Amino acid sequence: MIEIIINIITGTLIFLGAALTVVAAFGVIKLPDVYTRNHAASKSATLGIMCILLGTCLYFFQTEGVFNSRLILAIAFIFITSPVAGHLVIRAAYNTNVPMCDHTIRDDLKQQQKITSE
Amino acid sequence: MFSFVLHASLVLIALSMIGFIYRVIKGPSTPDRVVALDAIGINLVAITSILSILLKTTAFLEVILLIGILAFIGTVAFSKYLEKGVVVEHDRNNH
Repeated sequence: MIEIIINIITGTLIFLGAALTVVAAFGVIKLPDVYTRNHAASKSATLGIMCILLGTCLYFFQTEGVFNSRLILAIAFIFITSPVAGHLVIRAAYNTNVPMCDHTIRDDLKQQQKITSE
Repeated sequence: MFSFVLHASLVLIALSMIGFIYRVIKGPSTPDRVVALDAIGINLVAITSILSILLKTTAFLEVILLIGILAFIGTVAFSKYLEKGVVVEHDRNNH
């Protein structure tokens, strides 16, 4: 009985993670400029992979009775590093003057840099 | 039923990987490609994790952590190269 319940939870977590990854890919294809694309890719893909790794950890805990700390370590590592990687790429994109999309009406960072340079 | 869910998730992840590859090929600027490649690395972690459930082995769990670390290091190196032109700076006097 407990096996069926754990299988249902694991399957739900893994399918949810895969669906979130598809959402990330759809955003990366559809959104207009690099900043919004990174917004989709870094958040959605990170949550998806965390769901999938949690489901895997639960599955191996149920079948083998062994708690795999490597998977928990991987979840923590990806949760810490993936937003940092997105931040670095977007800062490099802004400093190398990658254009924003045409609907952008407000750029606070440019005004701030203008104030500090004067 | 459980195995069907796993296979369906593999198909979904493969489809999203095709989407990221489209962005890598078409992306107008270099940061677009770097963002898509980072997401492809994250997707590889997901595929490895689901395949290790399907093959019923825990031998690939180190590979998951390894791919995560390598994707992070690659993205940081790429963005530092884009911003400053070098990856490792050797100039000791200019700090």
